[in-house]
Parts: sequence; C-alpha cells; structure tokens
Amino acid sequence: MKKNESFTAIAGETIQYVTVVIGGQLFGLPISQVHDVFVPESVTRVPLAAPEVAGVLNLRGRIVTAIDMRRRLHLPPREDTQMMAVGIEHKGESYGLVIDKVGEVLTLSADSREANPSNLDKRWAEVSGGVHRLDGKLMVILDVERLLGAMVEPLAAA
Amino acid sequence: MDDLLSEFLTETNESLDVVDVELVKFEQEPNNAKILDNIFRLVHTIKGTCGFLGLPRLEALAHAGETLMGKFRDGAKVTPEAVSLILSSIDRIKAILAELEANAGAEPEGSDEDLIHELERMALAADGSEEPAAEEAEDESVAKGELVYQILERPLRPGEVSLDDLERAFRETSMEIELPEEKVIDEESELDAELEAETQPISVARKPAEAKPEVPAEKKKEAKSAAGGVSNQTIRVAVETLEHLMTMVSELVLTRNQLLEIVRRHEDSEFKVPLQRLSNVTAELQEGVMKTRMQPIGNAWQKLPRIVRDLSQELEKPIELEMIGADTELDRQVLELIKDPLTHMVRNSADHGLEMPADRRKAGKSEKGTITLSAYHEGGHIIIEVRDDGRGLDVEKIKKKAIQSGLSSEAELEKMTDQQIFRFIFHAGFSTAAQVTSVSGRGVGMDVVRNNIELIGGTVDLRSTQGRGTSFIIKIPLTLAIVSTLIVEASGDRFAIPQLSVVELVRVQTNSEHRIERIKDTPVLRLRNKLLPLVHLSHLLGIAEAKDADASFDQDNGFIVVMQVGSQTFGVVVDGVFHTEEIVVKPMSTMLRNLTMFSGNTILGDGSVIMIIDPNGVASAMASHASGAIAEEMANGGDDGIQEAVEGHSAISMLLFRAGSPEPKAVPLSLVTRLEEFEVSKIERSNGRDLVQYRGALMPLVYIDPGQTHRAEGTQPMLVFSDAGRSMGLVVDEIVDIVEDRMNIEVGSERPGVLGSAIIKEKATEIIDLGFYLPQAFDDWFMRKELDISALTKKVLLVDDSAFFRNMLTPVLKAAGYDVTACPSAQAAFELLENGDVYSAIVSDIEMPEINGFEFCEALRRDARFRKMPILALSAVVTPASIERGRQAGFDDYVAKFDRPGLIAALKDVFSGELGIAA
Repeated sequence: MKKNESFTAIAGETIQYVTVVIGGQLFGLPISQVHDVFVPESVTRVPLAAPEVAGVLNLRGRIVTAIDMRRRLHLPPREDTQMMAVGIEHKGESYGLVIDKVGEVLTLSADSREANPSNLDKRWAEVSGGVHRLDGKLMVILDVERLLGAMVEPLAAA
Repeated sequence: MDDLLSEFLTETNESLDVVDVELVKFEQEPNNAKILDNIFRLVHTIKGTCGFLGLPRLEALAHAGETLMGKFRDGAKVTPEAVSLILSSIDRIKAILAELEANAGAEPEGSDEDLIHELERMALAADGSEEPAAEEAEDESVAKGELVYQILERPLRPGEVSLDDLERAFRETSMEIELPEEKVIDEESELDAELEAETQPISVARKPAEAKPEVPAEKKKEAKSAAGGVSNQTIRVAVETLEHLMTMVSELVLTRNQLLEIVRRHEDSEFKVPLQRLSNVTAELQEGVMKTRMQPIGNAWQKLPRIVRDLSQELEKPIELEMIGADTELDRQVLELIKDPLTHMVRNSADHGLEMPADRRKAGKSEKGTITLSAYHEGGHIIIEVRDDGRGLDVEKIKKKAIQSGLSSEAELEKMTDQQIFRFIFHAGFSTAAQVTSVSGRGVGMDVVRNNIELIGGTVDLRSTQGRGTSFIIKIPLTLAIVSTLIVEASGDRFAIPQLSVVELVRVQTNSEHRIERIKDTPVLRLRNKLLPLVHLSHLLGIAEAKDADASFDQDNGFIVVMQVGSQTFGVVVDGVFHTEEIVVKPMSTMLRNLTMFSGNTILGDGSVIMIIDPNGVASAMASHASGAIAEEMANGGDDGIQEAVEGHSAISMLLFRAGSPEPKAVPLSLVTRLEEFEVSKIERSNGRDLVQYRGALMPLVYIDPGQTHRAEGTQPMLVFSDAGRSMGLVVDEIVDIVEDRMNIEVGSERPGVLGSAIIKEKATEIIDLGFYLPQAFDDWFMRKELDISALTKKVLLVDDSAFFRNMLTPVLKAAGYDVTACPSAQAAFELLENGDVYSAIVSDIEMPEINGFEFCEALRRDARFRKMPILALSAVVTPASIERGRQAGFDDYVAKFDRPGLIAALKDVFSGELGIAA
C-alpha cells in the first residue's frame, strides 16, 4: 500500500466519520450524510426486488428502503439476529443501510486518506471512497453516492 | 404590476374559453342578442385590459374582433366565415397570451396584420350590407394602429368611445409611474417599431410591461389551471397550497388510522371517545379538502364545442355535441389527465365514427350526426361516456387489420366475440381509418388513450353496433390520492389490493360448491358458468416457498380475490383477507420503481409498511403466466394473452408416461382415447397375446418393449386408443404428466416405434410412433379401409411446418398406399410444384408461419394448373367458421389434425370424386 500523492485534499481539513461494522470489517460514513441510526424493525420485504433490498420500513412516518449491506458487499449473511441501520438520504429519498453494529464517531484528517489498494475486490472498490489507517485496523470509506447510484441507475434505465 | 399581469392572464384565459363556447352557440342562434352581448362584453373587457397593461398587439387584435362583433350587434348578417374568422382571432390571442406567460410579460414578436385585415374587411362588408358609410376606412393603412382606432371607433356607440378615452387616460397616467430601468430585449419586429413611432401612447405604455419582473412560477401554474367563475363568493388559491393541504390531510389520516389501531388493542381506553371525535373531524376535513380539489368535468369539456365545430366545418359533416352531466365533479388531478384522451376520443368520433351526411341519409338517419358526452358518478368512480350515432365499428375491417399487423391469426379471430375484436383498436399503431386525415387515422391515438386512462387506474371499454354507433365508456376513480384497498395475506406477508379492481371475494373450500379445479396444472374456478383463471399471489410475486404454495393449493382452501382489469377477469388466490383500509398511496422509491407488480406503498394503521398491488401489473403478469388454454378461456385476453395465444399455436398437449424403460415417453394427448387402469386379474391371455375385456369387446394389449409384461398384481395403467369400434391398450408403467409444449423432434430415430426425441419439461423424451404399435394390435389397422385404392399409387404432397406431424402423418399416408412427399412450408411446396413434380393431391396444414394454409390454397387456386387439384386442409382448429373459411379458400375438405382415419377417408373421397368425373 503506497500513499497516493495525487489525492487532493486540503491539509488540515478533517472529516468526521460514523463507523460501522459489516461482516467484521470497519467502514466509515461521513457524518454529514448520516441522518439517523436506528434498529430496523418490522421490515416489509419487497417481492421481486433486487436481492440487496432488505425491504421497506416505516421510520417516523417516512417509508425507508432498507439495503442489506452484507449482501451489497457480497458478504455471508449474518447469523445473529442483532442488526442496526444507518439512515441516509439520496436524491430526496430515504434509505437505511442495514449493518451489524455502529461504532464510535472518528474525526480523521482528510489527507491521511489513501486510495483504494489496487488489489481490492472490484465489487468493494466500486463503493469505497478510500481507506484510512487506524490503530490496528483499517477503515474503508463508504461512498454513498456510488453505493446507491449503482443500484438505482441501472434499474431506472431498464 | 406582475400580480396584475398574472391576474389578467388567468382571467383572460377563462374569458376566452367562455367566448369559444358562446361563439359556437352564437353561430347556431345568430339572432340571440343575449349571447352576442355576452361575447361582445368579454372581448371588450379583454381589449380594455390589454390597453391598460400596454399590450398593443393583443389590443389591436381584440379591437378588430370587437369591431366586427359590433357590426353583428348592429344587425349585420352573421356568416359562418365571420365566426370562423373571429374564432381564429381568438386562437391567435390565446397563442399570444401563452407566449406572454412564457416570456414573463413580453409580447411575442410577429404581426397580426393578416387577421386584422380580414376582420376589417369583414366588418366593412358587414357595413356595406346595411349602410355604405365606411369609405374613409378604405384609405387607411392597416398597420397604422392609431388610425385604425379612429375609423373603427366611429361606428361604435358613445359609451364605448368614452371607455377608450378612459383607457387612453390610463395610459397617460402610466407614464408617470416611475419608469423601470430599460433592459428591454429588442424583440419587436420592424412593424412594431413602426407602430411605436406612430402610436406614441401605446409605446410608452408598453415599457413598464416589458420591464416587468418574472411572474413567479406558481402564479403561472395557477393562471393555467385555475378555473371557475370569479365573484365575491370565491377566492383564488394557488394549486400548490391545496396540494400541500392535501398531503397534510393524508398524513393526518394515516396518523388517525394508527391511533385507531392502538386503541383497538386496548379495549377500555379513555382515549376512545375523543379519538372517535378526532376520527370524525379528520374524515370531514379530508372530505372538505378533497372538495377543494374537485372540479366539474365540464371544465375538461369546455374546449370541445369549439373543436367539434371546427371539425364539423373541416369534415363537412353537421355535428351536434350534447353534453350531459357537465357538473359532475372529480379530482382536479384526474381531470387534467383525462382532458386529452377525451378530446382525442371526440375527434375520433367526429372523424370516423360519424358518416358523411349523404351516407346518413341513405341509412335513414338525420343528416346531423350527434356526439353525446355524458358523465355520472357510480360508486367511487366516475363514468364518462363518449357516444356517437354513426356507422359503428366494422368488425371485418378490424379483423383484416389485426391479421395484417400480425396481432392475431385468422383462426384466433374466429373464436373471438365481436367485443374482443373491437378491443384491437386499443393496440398501438392500429387505425382503421381508410385514409389518413388531418384529424385522425395516423395510428396514434386509441392506444395512447387507453394508456393514459389506465395510468390513473381507470379502464376504457367500448360498445358498438354496426350502423347504430359506437360508445366508449371510461371508468376512472374520483381521486388518486386516497385509495380504498383490501388487505390480504400471501405467504405471511400482507399486501393491499385497490378495491377499484376487486369485483368480489370467493371463499373456496374442498367440499363447497366453489372449488379449485385444474386443467393440467393450471388452477381455474367455476364461477357462475364461467371459468375463471386463477393464480396464487405468492406465485405471482415469487415469494412462495414452493412446497407451501402447493400445499395451500392442494387443500384448495383460501380466498379468491376476483379482479377485473379492463375486460380481463381473473382470480388471485390469497391465504387470508383481513379488512379494507383507506390508504394514502406513496410512490415507491426509485430503486423499486421498476417493479410493475406494485403501484406504490403505504404505512398501515399499525405502523408497518405495506406494498400496494398494481392490478395492471398483475393482469399483464397473469396473461404471461397463463398458458394458451387459459388465455382462450379468459373472457377477454389482454394484449399479452393474445400474444401468448399467437405464439402458442404450435404448442400441443402431450401425455408423458413411462413404459419399459425409465426414460420418459410422450404421445400427443389428442390421439389417446382414454386412460384406463385394469385389475391385473382382468388381463387374460389368449392366442399368445394379452387381452382385456373392454366395453363388450376384447381389447388387445400392446407393450412398448416386446420383452415387457404387465404387472404381477394390483392395477395396470394403460392408454387406450380407439377407432371405429376397435380399441388397443398400450401398457405403460406410469402416467407421468400432461404438458403443453411445442414439440420439436430434435433427434430422429431409426428405432421402430419411436419417432425421435424431443425436449419436454427439460428432459429428453421419446416420442412414440403410434403408427408402429397400432398394427400390432390389429394388423390391418390402417389397411382395411384403404385396401381398395391402395393399388392406385398416388403422389401426395404433405405440407406442414411441424416436423412432428410430418413424421407422424407420412407413415400413415404411406400405409394407406400413397406415395408421400413431405415439405415444411408453403414456399417449399411452391418450389416442388414449380420444379414440375406432379402430385395427385395436396394435404396442407393451416397454421403455418409466413404463408398460412388458406393463403397457400388461394395461391394455388389462382394457378390454372392447380385449379382442379384436390387440396385438403389439416388443422388443429376445426370450427364451422374455419371450415367455411377453408371452403372459401378453395380447399376440397377440412380435416382435424389428429383425425387420421378422417384424413384417409377424405383423401379417398376426393380421389373417388376425381375418378368419377374422369369416368
């Protein structure tokens, strides 16, 4: 892993990340994009929908489309029933990313972000906005736009 | 000033709509002074306001129109041309207004000289007819606006003149208003510039108008859509405000539902009474808000009298437009959406519904055709009917067109009712108009109409009687925002089905009169003498764990939601039905919008999200689920159903069984007379072969594999083939299934008794050659009847696109003593015939791609060489109508495809006939 110098970031700028764990891997979402963290309850499954769509649920009167992040990232399905969801907005619509658990909020310097390693699984690289090296572990930045955009556009075009 | 302008636009648009209607009335009743006064006043108001706002182009045009109308008021003769002219001036005014709106208050460039000139000419002519007092007018140049005023105003009454003066005074005052910074884009035409130079007051007045800031978007919208009379009793509210109010009320309804649900769970709750009150208030509020959105359907009809009038002139047919129930109210949103379809349908009726006056006279009708529009409420729907008393739809024409455009085959059309055939006009690109006129016949239309109506959850149907007229019946929901739905359960999930499309609920139980029956694996329900195709909701949605759904079907218990979409009726089997609930439809998220099975989702009273089933999606899925057989049974197949039937024409029912070896074997079901099981003890052995007593005769048993024997005990299944009092039992180990499939024999066989192998149900299956086994039972099975002619070897050409039938019939015909040549298509047959091959007779299939049997036969009959040749038709469809069609095409006889003895007999007949003639 070599540092990518071409990554343009203003020195000193920091970004706060909400960290989440999906299948044992730590991921980070820019805090500005996270609207809620909630326990998904009574999720209504949507027949015929893409497999990554866990279903729809009612979050304070809004209908939220829940995305099973394990499936989205091609990870094995979760065994324990415990799960959490992160509420985000994309193009005026509400989505819930179903994850394993939520961790702390980290403030990281933008210039310590590194580009995706070239050998990263392509399917992950698609949705990853880079990597942060933390103490003893790595945090993959989830790019919400790409994550959801890839799911919406091909379908919309169909 | 901008407020003023938008107000002006709104009001003027409304006034112009009224003028349109009034003018049409006026043309019919030229002596009605009241109507004329009305029109005059409206146009005058428009002119006055234009002058006030500094819109010179509009003003000049309105003024010229007003002048001509003034002449009418003074007693000049009203001619249709004059009315047309005024109408086109009004159209021009509308066009200018539209641009005015788009350009934030700036008049578009261009000149109306043409119209103004015409109007003046007409006014002069009108003058001339009563008093030749307009000489001065003649020398005035048209473009000089100021001068035009002077001449034109002179004949007006004093009252009007003073009004103009008033306007002028207004204009003068507008000069004193702080003049806005001049950032005028120079979009005036040269003519306008000229005008500006010559008519000082106008140009000054225009400046403030040009510099006006943009009219806010809402204002524009309001101006466009708001309608209804203005008086002290009403206020104008932006549509957006109402929309917002509606959304809030919808949310309130949801919350109320949630509260009610909570209270329902707690039996004694102190909240019960206040909640009841809240519930009532909410309901009333909802109703009230809905009412604000309601508008009389007459608003959508306003433009129709004018359109009909114009059409009437253009097509030279007198047409009367009757409108009944114009005050029937419906949701604004719905109203907007049906405006265009309605207009289109009226145009359609006028253009090719109604006949020309001469034809009408011939048919004993009054020369004037009538188009009737009526609207009324029925349940939660509004029914709109567009009816004409014209010639009605021509079934034959539609049929021809349907065949031409490949929507359906001749054979299928034969089976359809007129009603079903009429529905073809809703197909894209389907126009029966013999020629394209400016009005219709361009092939876009009825399909768009249907789509638009179905988009808002409505349906359109039609009735037609030849010579008496056609009527289109549109059924649409009153509102789209709140839908009453039926909550059902399937495989543990709940779904909402809009009640609009639910006809009834049927409870099925194994031992009740309503039970699910099957044709092959397709479930159907007998419902009042009709077969209702069924589909399990879990199957449709793919949520069934296969065994679950089968179990529920096996028990045959459950509920059937009978749904009607268009004229397609079908049953959706669900596991349970809960209750009905008023729900607020929320659109699906973009990620899920591609699912055609759902129209949206909503939050139920208990807080959970539920998917709303889209009846249209179900209907089309149903049609593609349904096998050919079901599609035929459906009262009215949708497009897909018909498509399915077309594609499925080569599919045949096959009986799958096992015998001798584990590989599946198949035989066409139609060849099998019966499936029987006999006690093994009943099988007797005599003369070295196994026999059973069957219907008073001995039936020989035949084994697929010569080494095979029947079972030692229990019962023995067998297939019975009967013909002319003789029967044969083909001993099988097990009857596996009956499937409907296309059969393509992919691998031919050299083995006797097997025609070849085909893929059936994804398995390689041996197709049994019955022609091999039948003689095993009776050596002379094929021979006995044909023996007498077998001496005469005749060449027979067999044309069939299906390899199976070629393989099956060739040996049969050969066994009957014919020299058979088989070919796969009519083209191939033509080639053979052109090559000089001589045949004594041709046996042709009817259902073939490209050139069908009828066409093939017709083509042959046109050729002198083949005029006398015996040609037999062979078809899977044998109905009196198709036989008649066959005769017309020139076939000597028409035989069912599986009726092999019949074919032999028919061949024999044609040959003996031929011999008789020859003799």
